[in-house]
Amino acid sequence: MLCEPWKAKLDAYLDGELPSEEMRTFDAHVRNCPSCAADALTRVQMKRAIQAGGKRFTPSAEFRKRMQQSIALKPQRSFRLGWMLATAAAFILVVGTLTSVYFRTRSDRNHVFSEIADLHVETLASSSPVDVISTDRHTVKPWFQGKIPFAFNLPELQNSEFSLLGGRMTYLDQTPGAHLIYDVRKHHVSVFVFQERLLPARLDEDYPSPKKLPFNLETWSQDGLRYFVIGDASNADINNLAKLFKATSL
Amino acid sequence: MSGVGSQPDSFEELAMPLFDQLYNFAHWLTQNREETEDLVQETYAKALKGFSSFQLGTNFRAWMYRILRNTFLTSRTGLKVTMTVPLDPEENGPDLAVECSTPETILFERSKREVLQKAIDELPVHFREILLLCEVEEMSYQDIAETLSIPIGTVMSRLSRARKTLRDRLRPQGQEESATAAKGTNRAL
Repeated sequence: MLCEPWKAKLDAYLDGELPSEEMRTFDAHVRNCPSCAADALTRVQMKRAIQAGGKRFTPSAEFRKRMQQSIALKPQRSFRLGWMLATAAAFILVVGTLTSVYFRTRSDRNHVFSEIADLHVETLASSSPVDVISTDRHTVKPWFQGKIPFAFNLPELQNSEFSLLGGRMTYLDQTPGAHLIYDVRKHHVSVFVFQERLLPARLDEDYPSPKKLPFNLETWSQDGLRYFVIGDASNADINNLAKLFKATSL
Repeated sequence: MSGVGSQPDSFEELAMPLFDQLYNFAHWLTQNREETEDLVQETYAKALKGFSSFQLGTNFRAWMYRILRNTFLTSRTGLKVTMTVPLDPEENGPDLAVECSTPETILFERSKREVLQKAIDELPVHFREILLLCEVEEMSYQDIAETLSIPIGTVMSRLSRARKTLRDRLRPQGQEESATAAKGTNRAL
């Protein structure tokens, strides 16, 4: 009974996660408390067993070699062969530059749209789609403070069809951003906000609508942020939600 | 092998030492060799592609694990797992260990690694991953929080529940009932 507060922190103690002062106090307690000492011992045994049993799978030599080759720089070729290849490469480069730039830009854009669609689907499939659950924008907006490196405004939804369900942090190609989920006529719509300059593709020109996307989508840039509104709601609803966001400004 | 300052070399130097660990962790998640290879390969490809945006000096290991986990969660197996296994509520505090003959001692006496591995295998994926990150990868709570994109408080409560679930699954049938009774008594007190 008296040891309950200690035992509640026993795991953190054994994981070395208590502040140093508390660790010293805990050390002293465990030395003088047979019950906590016994409990600590069994938990340490369990930790060791998991540590040993957890190191179970090793990659094959063939797979390791394949991976090393795929991420390593190509080895330097002989000087003469290098010149020949360089000449050929220069020619191909000149011919191919314009088309490759065009296709790469388009491919990067499509990649961004695919990632956005994946994030939307992944979140809706999750058993806990939002980390902050609230219909109040004054609760959801502050929740992002300190979690993402920018600020943004949420629109007032009174007299609109939309209701805010909550938000969560998200990543697009390792770029942190905000993910908000709205409800409109029983459809869930995602709004993603990222810093424009960190995205892997420029989307500021007239972009072609991604044809293979099974969702309606609108995207625009505002105050250095890139917004995406995506969902299976009607195009009109997606546009209306986008308009509400566009009307906000920092 | 080392090109001074060139990014692909730097990536290789940072990423290849993690290869065995990432492979092991990926295999625990997918439970299938072929899917593990695909997952690791995709993780490295994504990491290499995004390496220019990675800030050197920050936590590369947590970054790699986060990519691997996110890639897994968006894979077909990952989506199936997250859709069929509901997350247990996080609000319950850590449970007290039972004081009689514990699963840990039984495990220790039996020295059966296979029993433990099977029990870990059968844990829900969110328990399995956090347990492995803590015990096998020896990550700090902060690193785990970064990897799983959850607050430290959630790391602690989820870890505690993962350990308890594992203990319960290792506990022989007869002791399960007495432990439940003992726990009920503890709570009543």
